[in-house]
Amino acid sequence: MRRKAALAAGLALVLAITACGGGGNGGNGGTAEFNAADTSIVNASTKAGGTLNLALNDDWDSIDPGNTYYGFAWDFARFYGRALTMFKPAPGTAGLEVVPDLATGLGEFTDGGRTVTYKLRPNVKFEDGTPVTSKDVKYAVARTYARDVLPNGPTYFVDLLDAGDYPGPYQQPDLNQFTGIQTPDDLTVVFKLKAPFGDFDYLAANPQTIPVPQAKDTGAKYQEHPMSTGSYKVDSYVPGKEFILSKNPNWDTSDTNRKQLLDKIDVKLKVNAEDIDNRLLAGSLDADLAGTGVQAAAQSRILSDPNLKKNADNSFTGRLWFFVMDEKVAPFDNIECRKAVQYATDKVALQTAFGGPIAGGEVATTMLPPNIVGYQKFDLYQTPEAKGDIAKAKEALAACGMPNGFSTKILLRSDRPKEVAAGEALQQALAKAGIQAEITGVPSGGYFTRFAGAPEYMHANNIGIAFHGWQADWPTGYGFLQQLVDGRTIKAQGNTNVQEMDLPAINALFDKAAASTDVAERTAIYGQIDRAAMEHASVVPFLYAKGLVYRNPQMTNVYIQYSYGIYDFSQVGKQ
Amino acid sequence: MGEPFLSVQDLRVQFQTDDGLVRSVDGLSFELRKQQTLGIVGESGSGKSVTSLAIMGLHKQARLSGQILLDGQDLISMAPDDIRRLRGKKMAMIFQDPLSSMHPFYTVGNQIIEAYQIHHAVSTKVARKHAIDMLGRVGIPRPEKRVDDYPHQFSGGMRQRAMIAMALSCDPELLIADEPTTALDVTVQAQILDLIRDLQRDFHTAVILITHDLGVVSEIADEILVMYAGRAVERASSDVLFTRPEHPYTWGLLGSLPRLDTEPTDRLLQIKGTPPSLINVPSGCPFHPRCPYAELNGERSYTSVPALKASESGHLVACHLPVETRHQLWETDIKPKLEGP
Amino acid sequence: MARFLVRRLAGAVLLLVITSMVTFAIFFIVPRLAGQTVDQLAAQYVGKDPSQAEIEATKEKLGLDKPIIVQYGQFIKGIVAGREFSFGPDTEYCPPPCFGYSFKTQRPVWPDLVDRVPVTFSLAIGAAVIWLITGVSIGVLSALKKGTIFDRFAMVIALAGVSLPIFFTGLLSLALFRPTGVNYVPFTSDPLGWASNLLLPWITLAFLYAALYARLTRAGMLETMTEDYIRTARAKGLRERKVVTRHALRATLTPILTIFGLDIGLLLGGAVLTESTFSLPGIGRYAIDAINNQDLPQVLGVTMLAAFFVVVASLVVDLLYAVADPRVRL
Repeated sequence: MRRKAALAAGLALVLAITACGGGGNGGNGGTAEFNAADTSIVNASTKAGGTLNLALNDDWDSIDPGNTYYGFAWDFARFYGRALTMFKPAPGTAGLEVVPDLATGLGEFTDGGRTVTYKLRPNVKFEDGTPVTSKDVKYAVARTYARDVLPNGPTYFVDLLDAGDYPGPYQQPDLNQFTGIQTPDDLTVVFKLKAPFGDFDYLAANPQTIPVPQAKDTGAKYQEHPMSTGSYKVDSYVPGKEFILSKNPNWDTSDTNRKQLLDKIDVKLKVNAEDIDNRLLAGSLDADLAGTGVQAAAQSRILSDPNLKKNADNSFTGRLWFFVMDEKVAPFDNIECRKAVQYATDKVALQTAFGGPIAGGEVATTMLPPNIVGYQKFDLYQTPEAKGDIAKAKEALAACGMPNGFSTKILLRSDRPKEVAAGEALQQALAKAGIQAEITGVPSGGYFTRFAGAPEYMHANNIGIAFHGWQADWPTGYGFLQQLVDGRTIKAQGNTNVQEMDLPAINALFDKAAASTDVAERTAIYGQIDRAAMEHASVVPFLYAKGLVYRNPQMTNVYIQYSYGIYDFSQVGKQ
Repeated sequence: MGEPFLSVQDLRVQFQTDDGLVRSVDGLSFELRKQQTLGIVGESGSGKSVTSLAIMGLHKQARLSGQILLDGQDLISMAPDDIRRLRGKKMAMIFQDPLSSMHPFYTVGNQIIEAYQIHHAVSTKVARKHAIDMLGRVGIPRPEKRVDDYPHQFSGGMRQRAMIAMALSCDPELLIADEPTTALDVTVQAQILDLIRDLQRDFHTAVILITHDLGVVSEIADEILVMYAGRAVERASSDVLFTRPEHPYTWGLLGSLPRLDTEPTDRLLQIKGTPPSLINVPSGCPFHPRCPYAELNGERSYTSVPALKASESGHLVACHLPVETRHQLWETDIKPKLEGP
Repeated sequence: MARFLVRRLAGAVLLLVITSMVTFAIFFIVPRLAGQTVDQLAAQYVGKDPSQAEIEATKEKLGLDKPIIVQYGQFIKGIVAGREFSFGPDTEYCPPPCFGYSFKTQRPVWPDLVDRVPVTFSLAIGAAVIWLITGVSIGVLSALKKGTIFDRFAMVIALAGVSLPIFFTGLLSLALFRPTGVNYVPFTSDPLGWASNLLLPWITLAFLYAALYARLTRAGMLETMTEDYIRTARAKGLRERKVVTRHALRATLTPILTIFGLDIGLLLGGAVLTESTFSLPGIGRYAIDAINNQDLPQVLGVTMLAAFFVVVASLVVDLLYAVADPRVRL
């Protein structure tokens, strides 16, 4: 209980950031106006019935809750599955809070944070009426160890749990051999961690903890019919075509985290992006599931028409666009040379390259975007109007011993037009300070397996600068920053710490945050990590991504779920 | 013999092109009686084919003037659809290359049946019997089998026979044969000419035989018209023309005839130069730039156009040379060379 | 005729085998020539942050660790005799013709492809009917009225049709006439919905091809009308209308038939742009997605299917040509 009090205090802090909690009582939420769903519930209603029509430009990696790594998929999975925890169904930063879902409360940390215990709600059933037990949760996590069968999801449990070389249930069907989770009784799930991990409740919100009955698991083919514990069940899923859900009759109606207003949910897959926009504006679609923002044509239509604009939101997506300087590639081994680039960079030009303030986002000065727990506003390398400061850049160059500048290379994904435009803008800005940068374009497929994410490639080709974009797996400083600036995550392939920043002080801060069970303390540490990383000057954040998204006015109970940066589909209904 | 069946008076056929006005036929007149054969001879571009197409009404882009009376009806002033009704029925035509002149995708029989049914409202069965009949009459063996063959399955001579069968299927009163033997082997040529002559007798058809080869018409034509640059330069009965031709161009044509005893290079009377442009026809006598005797006439050669005048009954010549000179030149200069040593 | 068929069928099979080899080689050898290791290939099939152990497991599962010849052999064996694939607890038999399992969607390739055939068929056949009728009639009229305002106007439109890309005309027509987008409905479940949804894709696709065919037909007609046999037909006294339809058009259309058959074959292999633009779940979309996902079994399957359609179309065209043109002997 003491721990819970501390948690409540931390939550109060988080809530203080938000002007309004949004109420969430369904009484009188926000009315339809521009950006209303960013911080309030639009069209609050309890009206039942109707079909939610969604579309996706792409497709799921897998609809199997244990085998997916897309933000929208995690948002959407809550329709047909209940993880141990979930993000609070509320608008604004309140949505960053974790609340229990399948569990009755948040994790109980014992053994110095190495043991985390959840109690399951009784009376939760699978769609076929079978009761959900702790074994189903254990099995769900255990199967994510079979990376050859279910390769897509994150590996946090594999990395954190104390399970030895457990190969997954397909090679080792005896769950007693999986020591990472214990199930003392049917309603208790005990996670055994190798080391403390303060953000564990956030990990528990991942659909990987959505229970899976071992008897029904067909491995990679489980996605053909995942057993639902949510308010909807899968009727059919045809890759590349459509995904249809209907009401789950065995849903536990005491569940207050999600609603069951709709009769049916219909997601069309692989729909042309312009086509999605057209259908949205015509009202035959309710929302773009991916929520990455409308295309340029629809954007100008929406912004120029007040009747359309009032149904649009311009919200942070949680993604940060930045570029890094590889500290192992000369002359960026010298911090002054890195600072020269920090000052020379014209962030407004980069913002323009990415689509300007609406479609692109806000100029960034920190690594943590504003909708991440731990965000603090600061700017270590302030320049006039964020357009770069050549004088300061030249000072730094002089301090670096290269008053006449130097030559380097910019690595980017040549099949991403915005990135190419940004690369050229950066090239021009750097040239003003005397830094000659040559652009090296590579395909985005394999960017992190062969190019930017392969330090050997960076060194061998003398790539000083590389473009990068990042979205957190869960919305805390740990979830966002650990893969980017923790020196221990550097690897030969699939490396996302592209600048190869390995500072003992920062690494220690991550351990400290992981070990802390105090939300306020953790939140403060994330701010410190952000600042320390920025002081090291090898990362240049330039854009907190935003997207212009459109909601059908027919949709009720709409708001942006900050944790995913898209609409919270677990709550919506139709008028 | 009565009235001529076909009477062409002062026919002019002109085409407007980007380069200027082409006078393909320039004031041509002739008559043809029933069952008679007229040979029209000239080099390519002399206007002989254009004349035949003008009679058939197949020249859409051309400007026609003068008069073409067929059985008393003026074809030039006639409505296009009325001429169409006459085509195939009253006048028919066969062409130089029988392969390209038949539709490759339809059987020979089919094409004859079509021709017959245009002018006769009969069942296909009847038309088909007629087609087999016609094929038999033009000397195609086993016509009841060959009727279902495609043109490419026929030999060249057989194909021309089939074309003739098609042309004669509606029993026309006038048959125009435009270089009917040019594309054929020498041996086959004679057979085709014989066939035309025989059929002409059977069908009582008037025939216009167009050729560049005087040898072809010598055996078959009653009367011969020699054309040069869209005009008639000499017209006479076949006998007269071969025994005492008077126009230097005709002499040239006679000299160009291949003979068994001479190599082509040994021809004695080749016509020098090339046929004239029909856009800029030489002034005066159109033939004067190529005529070996033009100097004898002084400046008249290139100032005045010689009229077609009778030198004897039924023998018309358009030449500035005095009649006596022409006779003398023929007897002393040309004839001996043609007859050879 | 029988000999011709046997020869052509053997050729078709050989062609398909070569196609499979080339496609196989492109997706297996070329990345390696470009310096990609087997590990990196396998890493594409694992999620974020692949560990070496996961890569090894994936390599083994996909058979990437085996020599290319063996992999190709397995592929061919799958087509002829079927194959077994492991999905964790399940082992699934993939009956012939097994074009492999997609590593990304965890589904066999063949049924998915077959599933998409009706969409592409509907699109291609519907559009073909429209473009053949409009293209040929405009081409004929243009040729007969050569040089008139109609001809000039039609040819300018045709030039536009040939030049404007599908995604431009497609998106424009969508925005103008059907902002709600199109949804493919199977003909069997709702013929009216099928037609009304496909109308716009049909017209858009047909616009491009009609333009092409109008130009082809016009050029062909102009040439045919100067043929000797047209003069013969007129000399027979045939009405001009019949000269055009029975003689000229017949000869003009025969070579167009060849192009038409091959175009249909190509389209059946996937009307990539049209299907993408209108979000139709056909073979073309499948191909694009397969390539984007670097999903080799899907790419192989769709390439083989497309090649199959082209081969069949050219065979059919050859046979039809022999029927249409008696000069062609088989």
